[in-house]
Amino acid sequence: MTMTHPAAGGKASSAPLMGRAAEPTIFELSQPGRSSFQFRTTGVPPRPAGDLIPSEFLADDVVELAEVSERDLVAHFTRLSHRQFSVDLGAYPLGSCTMKYNPKVCDTIASLPGLAGVHPGAPASLTQGWLEIMVSLEAALCEVTGMASATLQPAAGAAGELTGLLLMRAYHAARGEDRRRIIIPDSAHGTNPASVTLGGYDVTTVPSDDRGCVDLAALKAVLDTDVAGIMLTNPNTLGLFEEDIAEIAAAVHDVGGLLYYDGANLNAILGVVRPGDMGFDIVHMNLHKTFATPHGGGGPGAGPVAVSSRLTEFLPGPRATKVGDHYDWVTPPSSIGRVHGWHGNALVLARALAYIEIHGGDGLRKVSERAVLNANWIRQRLSTVFDVAFDRPCMHEVVLSLTTLRKDHGIKAIDVAKRLMEEGFHAPTVYFPLIVDEALMIEPTETESLQTLEALAQAFELIAAEALSDPDSLHAAPRTSPVGRVDEALAARQLIQTFDARPQH
Amino acid sequence: MADYMPHTREEVEQMLAFLGLSTEAELFDVVPEAIRLAGGLNLAPGITEPDVLDRFEQRAANNRARADQLVCFAGAGAYDHELPPVVKMLGSRSEFVTAYTPYQPEIAQGVLQAIFEFQTMTARIFGLPVANASLYDGATALVEAVNLAVASAKNSRVVLSSGVHPHWRQVVETFAVGTGHEIEVAPLVDGRTDFSAIDGPCGAIVVAQPNYLGGLEHLDQVRALCDRTGALMIVAADPVASGLLKTPGSYGADVVVGEGQGFGTALSFGGPYLGLFACTLPQIRRLPGRIVGETVDTTGTKAYVTTLRTREQDIRREKATSNVCTNQTLMAVAAAIQLSWLGTAGLTDLALRCAQGTRYFIDQLGAGPNASVLHPNLPVFRDVAIRTAAPASVVIERMADEGFLAGIAASALLRGSDPSLSPSDHDHTLLVSVTERRTAEQIDRFAAALEKAGQK
Repeated sequence: MTMTHPAAGGKASSAPLMGRAAEPTIFELSQPGRSSFQFRTTGVPPRPAGDLIPSEFLADDVVELAEVSERDLVAHFTRLSHRQFSVDLGAYPLGSCTMKYNPKVCDTIASLPGLAGVHPGAPASLTQGWLEIMVSLEAALCEVTGMASATLQPAAGAAGELTGLLLMRAYHAARGEDRRRIIIPDSAHGTNPASVTLGGYDVTTVPSDDRGCVDLAALKAVLDTDVAGIMLTNPNTLGLFEEDIAEIAAAVHDVGGLLYYDGANLNAILGVVRPGDMGFDIVHMNLHKTFATPHGGGGPGAGPVAVSSRLTEFLPGPRATKVGDHYDWVTPPSSIGRVHGWHGNALVLARALAYIEIHGGDGLRKVSERAVLNANWIRQRLSTVFDVAFDRPCMHEVVLSLTTLRKDHGIKAIDVAKRLMEEGFHAPTVYFPLIVDEALMIEPTETESLQTLEALAQAFELIAAEALSDPDSLHAAPRTSPVGRVDEALAARQLIQTFDARPQH
Repeated sequence: MADYMPHTREEVEQMLAFLGLSTEAELFDVVPEAIRLAGGLNLAPGITEPDVLDRFEQRAANNRARADQLVCFAGAGAYDHELPPVVKMLGSRSEFVTAYTPYQPEIAQGVLQAIFEFQTMTARIFGLPVANASLYDGATALVEAVNLAVASAKNSRVVLSSGVHPHWRQVVETFAVGTGHEIEVAPLVDGRTDFSAIDGPCGAIVVAQPNYLGGLEHLDQVRALCDRTGALMIVAADPVASGLLKTPGSYGADVVVGEGQGFGTALSFGGPYLGLFACTLPQIRRLPGRIVGETVDTTGTKAYVTTLRTREQDIRREKATSNVCTNQTLMAVAAAIQLSWLGTAGLTDLALRCAQGTRYFIDQLGAGPNASVLHPNLPVFRDVAIRTAAPASVVIERMADEGFLAGIAASALLRGSDPSLSPSDHDHTLLVSVTERRTAEQIDRFAAALEKAGQK
């Protein structure tokens, strides 16, 4: 097919940088006697520490912190911010992490004094607005997932996974059953097996078939009444929809097991198909992926867990609940207990509710339509450049395999990823899922324009050509970033985990 | 309806044509018909940003307990500390807010270096050589500490002081069902933990400093008990208190966890907060979550990178030391900024002002019949337990009408009864905190109103 490609859009490599000098640590900027802090004038009578607290408890030495002026403080952290890639700077075609644009209105909402300034231990009568937010969000998440009820406490996806496994355990225990095993496909995220261990279960891994989906025969072979449940991501980490999901669900339910849905890839199916309708019993969501709350450089996230009605009684408590004409905290009768110090990452929850209310049901479906459209467009556009691991229509992400480049030219996925940074894009996820050799996993998300996708595609084409003509340039990349490729082995060997651990210190 | 997707209708058509499709629905042909959602999601139609903002303003107005309306004397693990404009503005820079986890160090040096600085500050505050890049909150950090101790001591018996925040104890108990730890609780007697019944080998002993009633514990005695029982010593410490008190590390604690909210994070209705985690050097390979180390790049330039990665879930999978992936990096960055704003003198001054305000409150309250200090001889820092003649939950409602969030009812934190409080005290204990933000005038009015509102 001949096709005129769109114009390439903007990219982060257009951002001007002042140079590549290292930034000193805040401790190296410190000058004894300098300070920034200012406290309120309180009129509280000053008294020496020795009058207030018995001397046996008082420190002999002060804790040394950096001593800087406010001006130097601002300069340091602003310079650090200039050494950092972010969604606001450019595209993050990073598989399974759904690095979509984070609407600014949600930040404004999260900073409202009537939300951010509320103490979590204040009674329900004084926090009705917050409880209503939580009840509304729970209802919306249940509608999106096809579930009956949810806990908002888990602070991230992994916390949601462990919560879900403890819910499974409580469910089976209430039926007098002690099941030992959880089934996980070999394409699963690493948090799944780690959570299984902490949930007190053993992992049974099932292979993927040659189409990249769960091998149904292999699954059925390991199913018995010792299986507490299965953890699945659908679409899976290859970006492929598990078409046999109804049969998988029936088989697991037949042996009395439960189905856990890892919501990492929920962005692909909003308003199209719901985990509950696929037969899942427990679902965690990553609000920082699907519902656009910012990733914060690695957190905070939020990992609410929604369940079918037969698991509601075991949910963590207390839950915000509508009681008559007001809202109150109610703990489910057979609750597994608290999984967070308070009510979960409340300000993240508020952001997610705002995002849902702006989009509405039709808008959320459009999110998934555009996310899947973008992923398939980039798959098709790159299919002549690199090998697609499983070359058929994908959902929200696509996995490429660079086996040929490695074998023929000694170029690895990591080399392509690092070289892509020079072109102004964040690296895709590399070497995951583990079952694809030299994997390069691309999730464009729905918020990237066609022009940005074209710019990304042109960057890949350039790199693919360079892999043949000038492979060294790929090995040397990135050369335009604040630092070049870092020596990870040295970091582990010398182990300087704080400023005080530096040898010269 | 406006949204955040850039595609024009023409572009959508063009992209579909490129794929050989004619409608967007065909993108989902792979989803079996039988399970597809017919009729769409039953959610209200989308509304515009200004409308959503209005709606959230109304929700915010329905929260009476906001710190700009009720003067906050509540603490119990969440504090109304100063949050200066410079910290708010730097901490909300979009390069930090919208960044991804720093797996690509070359373009994540900003976050990585900020975490490295945060780790250094956390380690110093707790008096230990190692700190990680943060965990979800204090409660979940304690869970990870207990898991580390049990793995290290190879003994699943865990003794929890009843002085540990009740919510934190509940979280530890929830997750112990999966890990199979045997949890025992040591009671508080006169406001301090009584470990006298603890004997025999133990994996972990957990104590809070100060405990949730505000009292300072004798950590030297806990260390001695750990030496006798083979347990690792875990301290759930208030990091703000480090401006005055001896560090837990100086007593020989093996793991110290804490809630870092007081450094740069607003009350936020309980989250996102900041789980602090520090430990001794021999435990570094059991550390949960991410840790940043220093290294160099190919040209020898100093650089930072997440290190000791082989502990983590994405590499070790079911044998990982923890399942933690996402943490609270943004709050860690804010804490690093706030602690640099405070500096050495500011941290000391902050802690001293908290202790001064708390003492001033105790003096102003006196020993009236309706509200008085529960354990008058117990040394405290910025949290103090008050016995009220009326139930504490009633007192809080009455005090809201006087313009105060008076504190936290101990009964609201506790699930059922608790050995740390006598039955008569249980419903009549109000946990009060006085931060550096409370003025003498506020404290005077508060103490007078509390004595009145405490009436049966």
